[in-house]
Amino acid sequence: MSELKDLEITYDKPNWCPGCGDWAIWVSLKNAIVALNLNPWEVVLVSGIGCSSKLPYWVKTYGFNGLHGRPMPVAEGIKLANSGLTVIVIGGDGDQYGEGTNHLIHAARRNIDLTLIVHNNQIYGLTTGQYSPTTDIGEKNKATPTPTVEAPVNPLSLAISAGATFVARGFAGDHKRETDLIVEGVKHKGFSIIDSMQPCVTFNHKNTYTWFYERVYKVEEKGHNPKDKAKAFALAEQWPLRLPLKEGEKESIPTGIIYKEERLTWGDGILQIAQAPLVKQSVEEIDINPILEELK
Amino acid sequence: MNDIQWLIGGEAGYGIMTTGIMMSKIFTRLGLSVFDYVEYPSLIRGGHNAYYVRASDEEIYCQKRTVDILVALNRETIDKHKHELFENAAVIYDPDTIKVEPNEFASSVLLVPIPLLESTKQVGADKLMVNTVSVGASLALFYSDFEILRRIMEDTFGRKGENIVYLNVNTSKAGFDYVLKNFSKKFSVSFEKKPQKNILIGGAEAVAFGAIRAGLKFASIYPMTPINPILTTLVSSALKYSIVVKEPEDEISAISMAIGASFAGVRSMTATSGGGFSLMVESLGLSAQTETPLVIVEGMRPGPATGFPTWTEQGDLRFVMHAAQGDFPRIIIAPGDVSEAFSQTLHAFNLADKYQLPIIVLVDKYLMEGHATAPIENFKALSSKYRIERGKMLSDQETEGMVDYERYELTDDGISPRSIPGQKGGIGFSGSDEHDERGLYNEEADNRIKMMDKRFKKLEFAIREFPAPVLYGKKDAPLTIIAFGSSKMPIMQAMKWLEKEGIDANLLQVSYLAPFPGAAVERIIKSAKKTLVVEGNKTGQFEGLIREHTGLVVDHNFRKYDGRPFYPEEIVAKVKEILCQNLKI
Ligand SMILES: Cc1ncc(C[n+]2csc(CCOP(=O)(O)OP(=O)(O)O)c2C)c(N)n1
Ligand code: SF4
Repeated sequence: MSELKDLEITYDKPNWCPGCGDWAIWVSLKNAIVALNLNPWEVVLVSGIGCSSKLPYWVKTYGFNGLHGRPMPVAEGIKLANSGLTVIVIGGDGDQYGEGTNHLIHAARRNIDLTLIVHNNQIYGLTTGQYSPTTDIGEKNKATPTPTVEAPVNPLSLAISAGATFVARGFAGDHKRETDLIVEGVKHKGFSIIDSMQPCVTFNHKNTYTWFYERVYKVEEKGHNPKDKAKAFALAEQWPLRLPLKEGEKESIPTGIIYKEERLTWGDGILQIAQAPLVKQSVEEIDINPILEELK
Repeated sequence: MNDIQWLIGGEAGYGIMTTGIMMSKIFTRLGLSVFDYVEYPSLIRGGHNAYYVRASDEEIYCQKRTVDILVALNRETIDKHKHELFENAAVIYDPDTIKVEPNEFASSVLLVPIPLLESTKQVGADKLMVNTVSVGASLALFYSDFEILRRIMEDTFGRKGENIVYLNVNTSKAGFDYVLKNFSKKFSVSFEKKPQKNILIGGAEAVAFGAIRAGLKFASIYPMTPINPILTTLVSSALKYSIVVKEPEDEISAISMAIGASFAGVRSMTATSGGGFSLMVESLGLSAQTETPLVIVEGMRPGPATGFPTWTEQGDLRFVMHAAQGDFPRIIIAPGDVSEAFSQTLHAFNLADKYQLPIIVLVDKYLMEGHATAPIENFKALSSKYRIERGKMLSDQETEGMVDYERYELTDDGISPRSIPGQKGGIGFSGSDEHDERGLYNEEADNRIKMMDKRFKKLEFAIREFPAPVLYGKKDAPLTIIAFGSSKMPIMQAMKWLEKEGIDANLLQVSYLAPFPGAAVERIIKSAKKTLVVEGNKTGQFEGLIREHTGLVVDHNFRKYDGRPFYPEEIVAKVKEILCQNLKI
C-alpha cells in the first residue's frame, strides 16, 4: 500500500522542460501505483536512455536505468528472477521503436507479465530533436535535409501482431485517463504496452497538445470491444499515416484500450518458478554428486 | 605402458560425435586416462568429421599426432589420415563400401576389413548405425569382454527405451564378435581393466557443473559454437536444480536478461563466443557501471566476423580485456583444463557477488568441446568445500528498518552494501549514468573521481584472493614456458615427454589475467633461464600483455592461428630447438 508522498524523493526533482508531456506521465504513473495499492519496494521501474527514461530517478521505488533501447530484456530478467515484483518498463519512441524494437517484439510474443510505457514524442528529445521511428511522414528536421519519406512505425499494429495481450494508447494531455490505462495495464496479466503520446514542447512543433486535442478520440465512446482483434487492428491502422495527408483531410487518433486478450504468460510456462520465485529459493546444500556420477 | 589414439572419420551426419563419446566412455570405464578432441566443419551434413580419442594407462593431457586405430567410414578418411598412422596401427573399414589396397600402408599396419553395413542389416538396424558396429569392432582389438560396452549402451540409451538399447547392443556386438573371431591377438595393444576413479567430462560441462554448484538460478544463452554444450548441460539439469535457462532473441538480450536477474538477486550467467560477445559489449560496461554481478563465459574461436566457426584460437584475449567504452574494473579468468573450468567457475561466481562486477571466464573451442578424464573425488571435494559467498548482499532483516539506503555508498573497500528489489528498507537506484551515492545522475568532477576510484578500489581487494600464477615442473629448468588457457594441456604433455628424454622445461600458467598479476609474473620471469610464450593467436596478445605489465621481453614465442590446437609434438620440437640453440652458443 502506498500514498503519493511515499513515492516522492526529496533530494532531486524532474528536469524536463516546462510543459513537456513527461511530467503528466510521471504524475499518472505515481497515481497509478497508489491506485493499485502497490508497495513501492515491490515495484521496479526499468528504463533506457532518453528524456523519458529519466523518469525512474524521480519515483521512490526500485529503479534501474540501463542502456538506450535495452531496458526490456533487463526487465524480463528481473521478472523471471522475482515473479513477485511489479515490473514497469519506461522508454521513449527512439528507445522502444528504434534501438530496442527487437526486444519489444519478443517480449510481446512471450507475453511476459510486465508493463511497457512508451513516451512517444515522435522525436529524439535528449539528442536535441532528430527524427524518430514514429516521426510523421513528410516532417523535416535537423536529421533530414528534405521531408522524411519513411513511413512511421505503427506501435499498436506492431504490438498486436507481435502477440502483446494488452495494447493501449494514452495521451499526456489527459493524465487521469493515462493513469487509468496504466492501472489497467499493470493489472493485466501478460505483456501490456501503453503507447503514450507525449508532446515534446521543445523540439516537436507539429505534434503539440493542441494538435492532439483536435484529433484524439476515445475508442470506448465508439463502443469498441478490445477483444475484437480485427477491429483492434483496424483502429490501430487509423494512425500514424503511411502516406502524407491529402488536402482537406485530418487525422483521427484512437486512444484507450485497443486490444486485450487472455493468454498464458511466459512465467506460467516455467515450472521452476511455479512454487516460489527464483530469488526465494534456497541455494544452500546444492548436491551435484548425482550428476557427477552420471559421467562415470 | 599403453598409449593409443583411436580416430573415427566420416561424413557429418553419421553419428561420429556419439561414437567418439562412446569410445571415450569405454576407455574411461577401463580405468584409463582419456582425452578426446573433435574436428568438424560448420555443416550439418556432408563435410569431413574426425573424432580423436586418446587413452593411456598413464596420465595424459591432450591429443597426439599419431593414430593407432583408424575407423574409416569413407574413403576420404583414409586419404586424409593415412599419414597419421603409427607403427602397428589398425585400420577398420568396410570392404563392401571402401576400396583399400594393402600396399598403400606400411607393412606393420593391420587391415581390419569388416562388413559394417551388412552387420547392421543382419541386426535389422538402420544403415546409419555402421558407426556403432565399428565401436564394438574397435573394442575387440584391445579388450576381450563385451560386457563393458553393453553396460555403457544400457546407461546411455536406457531412457530411450528397450528397442534402442537392443539395437545398439546388437549392432556393436556384431562388430565385436566379428573382430574377436577373425583378428583377435593380431593387434599389438591390449588393456587390462583398472579400478575406475575418473569421470569423463567436457570443458563446457565442467563450466556448467561449476555454475550449478555455485547456485546458478538464471542463465540466458544465445547458441553459438563453441559454448552450445554449456546451454545443453544447463538445460538438462534445469528442472532438477530449479534453474531458469532461456534462449533469448539475441546476445544483447542474453546479457541484459542476466543483468536483470542478477539485479533482482539471483546468481546469473550468460555464455557466448566472440561474435556474440561483440554484441554484448555495451552491456558489459553496464554491469560494471551499475555494479551488478555477472558471469560471462566467452568461448574463443578464430575470427574476425564468422571466421572459422568450429575451430579453435586464443585470439579474443585483448578483446575481452578492453571491450566497452571507458575504464572500468573487470576480472578475467582463463581455465587451462576441465578441472580448472570447474573450480574457476565456482570462484567466478563468488568474485562477481563479492566485488559486484563482471567476471569473464575465457575459454575456447578446444577446451569447451573436448572431453578429458579427471578424478571424481577431486570434483566432489571441491564441491563439498565450496561456500557460496554473496559478499555485501543485504538480508531482508538488515534492510527492514533502514532509511535513506544508498546503493553506491562509499566504503573503505569500494564495495557498497547491496539491496534487492522487494526489500522494504532497501529501495535504491541503479544507474548507468555516472551517479552519486544514491544512484542519482551526477556530473560534478569530484563525484566522478570518487565513483571511478570506488569502482576500481574493489579490484585491490579482489586480487588478494586470486591464486598466484602456478609454476609447473622443476623450478630451475633451463626453459620456462609461459601460457594461458587451454594451451596448458599440450604443454603439460610436452613437458612430460621431454622429461622422459631427460629434458626439463617448466610452465608458468597465468589463469587470472585481469587484473594482471604483473609482480608475480615478473618475479618468475626474472628467475627463469630462458622464456618461451606459447599462445594461439597471430599477434602475440598475451606476450604483449606480459611486456606491458612487467617491462620484460620474453626470449621466444610460439604462436599458432591455423584453427588447430597446439600438439605436444610441436611444443617438444620447439623446446628442443631452443635448448639446442643454447647448446650451440
Ligand atoms: C547506443 C546509443 N546510441 C545512441 C545514444 C544517444 N541517444 C540518447 S537518447 C537517444 C534518443 C532519444 O529519443 P527517445 O528514445 O525517443 O527518448 P526521448 O529523449 O525523446 O524521451 C539517443 C539516440 C545512446 N545513448 N546510446
Ligand atoms: S526536450 Fe522534449 S522530451 Fe525532452 S524534456 Fe524537453 S520537452 Fe520533454
